[in-house]
Amino acid sequence: MATVDLKDVKKVYPSGVEAVKGVSIAIPDKELCVLVGPSGCGKSTLLRMIAGLETISAGTVAIDGKVVNAIGPTERDIAMVFQNYALYPHMKVYDNMAYGLRNRGTPKDEIDSRVRSTAKVLELSALLDRRPRELSGGQRQRVAMGRAIVRNPKVFLFDEPLSNLDAKLRGQMRVEIKNLQRKLGVTSVYVTHDQLEAMTLADVLVVMNAGLVEQTGAPLDIYEKPASIFVASFIGAPPMNLLALTGSSSGPMLADGTVIGFAAPETPAVTLGFRPEDADVTFNAEALPGALVLPATVEAVEPVGAESFLHCAAAGSRIVVRVSGRATAKPGDQLRVVARAEKLHWFDQAGKRVD
Amino acid sequence: MIGQSPLRTFIAHAVLILGILIVAFPIYYTFVASTHTLQTILRPPLPLLPGGQLWNNYSEALFGGIGRIGGVSVGQLLLNTTVMALGVAVGKIFISILSAYAIVFFRFPLRMTFFWLIFITLMLPVEVRILPTYKVMVDLGMIDTYAGLIIPLIASATATLLFRQFFMTIPGELVEAARVDGAGPWRFFFDILLPLSRTNIAALFVILFIYGWTQYLWPLLVTNSNDMNTIVIALRKMVSFADADTEWHLVMVTAMLAIVPPILVVVLMQRWFVRGLVESEK
Repeated sequence: MATVDLKDVKKVYPSGVEAVKGVSIAIPDKELCVLVGPSGCGKSTLLRMIAGLETISAGTVAIDGKVVNAIGPTERDIAMVFQNYALYPHMKVYDNMAYGLRNRGTPKDEIDSRVRSTAKVLELSALLDRRPRELSGGQRQRVAMGRAIVRNPKVFLFDEPLSNLDAKLRGQMRVEIKNLQRKLGVTSVYVTHDQLEAMTLADVLVVMNAGLVEQTGAPLDIYEKPASIFVASFIGAPPMNLLALTGSSSGPMLADGTVIGFAAPETPAVTLGFRPEDADVTFNAEALPGALVLPATVEAVEPVGAESFLHCAAAGSRIVVRVSGRATAKPGDQLRVVARAEKLHWFDQAGKRVD
Repeated sequence: MIGQSPLRTFIAHAVLILGILIVAFPIYYTFVASTHTLQTILRPPLPLLPGGQLWNNYSEALFGGIGRIGGVSVGQLLLNTTVMALGVAVGKIFISILSAYAIVFFRFPLRMTFFWLIFITLMLPVEVRILPTYKVMVDLGMIDTYAGLIIPLIASATATLLFRQFFMTIPGELVEAARVDGAGPWRFFFDILLPLSRTNIAALFVILFIYGWTQYLWPLLVTNSNDMNTIVIALRKMVSFADADTEWHLVMVTAMLAIVPPILVVVLMQRWFVRGLVESEK
């Protein structure tokens, strides 16, 4: 049970590549922090620096208030779950889980009781005598979790642990990880590029891009108030619709000449965004004051079941609108997309949010 | 091969059987010769079927035939050769697995220079460096010792290279998992690397044992006294220039005995050997 504090952490590789350009994150005790971002954003490097597998070029990493920059992964008292599980192929499940404890000189009977109770929690009891290659992907994933849990470490580190599983199993394991983490109350750092995983798991969500933190906060806060265009387009699927604006005498103007005469922020904004579910479509032509109304042409319809996504061309861009249930619109239909004013997001020249 | 015509099956088998005959015939013929008297061997043609002297010849070679091999029993020769072959095989594996471990898993200055130095020795066979090596052995007083027989043959670029290639296929995450699990370099080596390499080690052992067993030039140079001879050298010494002077029946028996241990090694380790060549366990 520990806090994890990163202060202006940097990673510069000998080749001169700057993978992490100064990141500060404070993770409270018992919380699950998810680092999310596109590949190459430095999230895995950051995790590996917390683990002690990668040296820290500048800044400090502190676990439980103690700076751990100079000590190795063993002494940091962390446990890590790797993307391809990294189970020891020649050891049985039991030995895979017991190995870390043995190396720490834990008494034999304590190892046995801890391995068996952990196996019970993870429903691995029947598999303790198997070797990793005799297990399915989901079972291997569980063993990797078990190997981390059995050590009872201060911090869990997860490096994209679900990306090798199929979609159904991934959803299942996601819930299990969340429950387990809550039950054990161990501070955790979880790296993923999957924004859905990030949203559902995180207590603290950290969106990273190009070695820097774009935004930190509770997942829904970030979803509702993305701090930048990058966050707005990265979090949420399908991503937020973004429309370019130009200034005009009567207010911001869209590429098709529509002037938005309401709700615009005082700071000049160059991009306007709204989420697919914050818009609606209508075939009627009545005036709708206080809403953004865009004439659009349906280009494609994606029925998902509970909802459908209409891909439309509007205001010189392609936008996506979510409608619940079966869509009545067909490709080629002319309709109007209506987004409520309070659900619009505005971004300035630098891509930052303006309100 | 499902659905092949009987004719094709027949031809395939015929070709294979012919191949086996060609390969196995010299060995069979040696065996036949080892069961005849010296007189029969010296009076051509040699029969194609084994004679009745099997017991006599083998017991003479094993327990009585001391004259021709310089007063050394076949048992002593086999022991010498076994010690040498085992020493070379185990030594080579030991040295090369350690050097490959260092080269693959540790970052130290001139790492690649050392790798290339090892690699370059691949291009220098024992024969090329035989004079300096001999001089060193004389200076160290290692002539006529097991150490002198074994040590110069131990360094092995091939085995180092083989282990390096295998180690490089071990995922980095496995190494990191072991580090997180608190395994230091030695623990990692013994608990994870060695068990994972065991099929490779077995395959190499078979190859290197036979390599050591069949060494000719180096044992010839480094042993003067007859009781340090290996069986291959002794075999050569048994054959004198005059046909009538050579006890061919005993030569044949010794030749048969000389190939038994390598065959045993291959047969006993075959399963491991094949697995080591075709599969990597990960």
